[in-house]
Amino acid sequence: MGVVRIMKGDKGGQAMLAVLLVVAVVVPILNLVVPESSPWHVSTYTVTLLGKYLTYALLAVAVDLVWGYLGILSLGHAAFFGLGGYAMGMYLMRQIGDRGVYGHPVLPDFMVFLNWSELPWFWQGFDLFWFAALMAILVPGTLAFIFGYLAFRSRVTGVYLSIMTQALTYALMLAFFRNEMGFGGNNGLTDFKDILGFDLKSDATRIGLFLASAGALALGYLACRWIVTSRLGRVAVAIRDAEARTRFIGYRVDRVKLAIFTFSAMLAGVAGALYVPQVGIINPGEFSPLNSIELVIWVAIGGRATLYGAVIGAILVNYGKTYFTGAFPEAWLFALGALFVIVTLFLPKGIAGLVGMIRTWRRSRSTAGPRAEAAP
Amino acid sequence: MKPVEQLRESMRKDRQWSFMYSMLDLELDVSQGVILYLEDVSVSFDGFKAINSLNFYVNAGELRCVIGPNGAGKTTMMDIITGKTRPDTGSAYFGRTIDLLRLSEPEIAALGIGRKFQKPTVFESHSVFENLELAMAGDKRVFPTLFARISGEQHDRIHEVLGIIGLQEQTQREAGALSHGQKQWLEIGMLLMQDPHLLLVDEPVAGMTHQEMDRTAELLLSLEGKHSVVVVEHDMDFVRSIAKRVTVLHQGSVLAEGSMDEVQNDPRVVEVYLGE
Repeated sequence: MGVVRIMKGDKGGQAMLAVLLVVAVVVPILNLVVPESSPWHVSTYTVTLLGKYLTYALLAVAVDLVWGYLGILSLGHAAFFGLGGYAMGMYLMRQIGDRGVYGHPVLPDFMVFLNWSELPWFWQGFDLFWFAALMAILVPGTLAFIFGYLAFRSRVTGVYLSIMTQALTYALMLAFFRNEMGFGGNNGLTDFKDILGFDLKSDATRIGLFLASAGALALGYLACRWIVTSRLGRVAVAIRDAEARTRFIGYRVDRVKLAIFTFSAMLAGVAGALYVPQVGIINPGEFSPLNSIELVIWVAIGGRATLYGAVIGAILVNYGKTYFTGAFPEAWLFALGALFVIVTLFLPKGIAGLVGMIRTWRRSRSTAGPRAEAAP
Repeated sequence: MKPVEQLRESMRKDRQWSFMYSMLDLELDVSQGVILYLEDVSVSFDGFKAINSLNFYVNAGELRCVIGPNGAGKTTMMDIITGKTRPDTGSAYFGRTIDLLRLSEPEIAALGIGRKFQKPTVFESHSVFENLELAMAGDKRVFPTLFARISGEQHDRIHEVLGIIGLQEQTQREAGALSHGQKQWLEIGMLLMQDPHLLLVDEPVAGMTHQEMDRTAELLLSLEGKHSVVVVEHDMDFVRSIAKRVTVLHQGSVLAEGSMDEVQNDPRVVEVYLGE
């Protein structure tokens, strides 16, 4: 019942979820049941690629929630994604056990290499899946809470806030590059073997991760939609459009921002945690400021403040990236730049706004049409 | 001399100890018939005295107009009452007991002081109905807001206010698509949704047509008695049409106060307005 209520009037979102459902049913069948010789067979490589796109889509939805509805242009959301990824990566490292190159029963390879004798305190507990999963949500959430508390209470907004979020992700990148941090330095965490006892290289596990990503995207989408359709969501839009006015009406603007920003960071953490087992590596490059900027471009191209637009943008741009970096490696950044310029100039509401634009164009043509004919 | 002054200050009858403050309930007390006290308030920006030992009182249920030339301190006075600006000296009380200088902007708004800005600021991408819903009095913390539903009673209240401001036809329209006058009324409606005791209305008829002005005058007069209203306005005809008591501000303090006729015939007021 609740789902019906929150999806009411969100035609794009309904279509998106329907497509997601079809993909989640059809792709596993095409991968597992249809024989490899058939042209309908979907390779495991493609399944993993799709799973990766879905985690990006979830990340984009998290960004759209704060940027589209709350007006906070966060240029550091990849940091929360990366932290969630690292939490999952730490669990996967512990799962390797004594199968590492050095065969140490507890310590991951890079720690043996650094001559560390015991596990640092912050690695404790990551051998448990539930703990790692919790941390993948809590660590980004806590960082976002502290950062947001300081920033929003001091009423830092606009460009200044964006620059601070860039600094945040940049600082994390530099910190994680250091070997002494204990997260594997610039190599990051990799060589994962299995997750929850399932072999990461098997087709069935890949399908499982793909389905988990699809499920997380659907649930994350519904959660964001629930917030957006609640009165809190209307307050968020009010803050975006007229912050001072919202404060005068009696809402604690800083608290609203803090709550939604923290939730968004947690969602990004979940996306990161699902991303890492599928791509098989997490390194400090994920914290690169460029990643966060690219992420905002996905949302802008898909269409701001629609949520489903973020999903479209993330998948389309990343598909383009996969294609271009394979076919014309040099051209990708130019293509991305061109796409961004074209969308900004001609599609201010992104791809999601295209439908509405076509509709108004057709309506204006159909009303103008008869009159044009009537004139001699 | 100084210790004596300090002692006198601490023995003042209306003295409120800060450590006791959280124990006071913030109940509006208008038993003296006065809802707003500004006493000896001064504030300066970079050496410019925007407000200069201002004394200003508003009675409960009164419709008061404040006029004055540009830079007289009208907007700054509003800022002090709503907590946006802190005065350098002086005191500001809401009713007999509530010290406004200790409260934050949202706390003051929650106590029942609503303000309409010079430039109409409504939430453009929300419908008229949603604008009123957001402004509605109630629990405005994050989680109650997340789970909030409109009750039948609240629905009726929104429609009642829609009736007062005359926007029933526009209920589902986007506020950004309203005319200038309609936006101003919507904003007054948003103030009313907060069930305010005191309404501060900054230049309500700027940019309005004559018809819209008449409509606004009716609207403000209909509020008199139920709410205390302070209207800041430049348009003399409009002030004349609604005012019973008028306060003239000049260089940050009160120059004259009284009925419109008294004020207009006051030589000092004439000098300020015409002498320059």
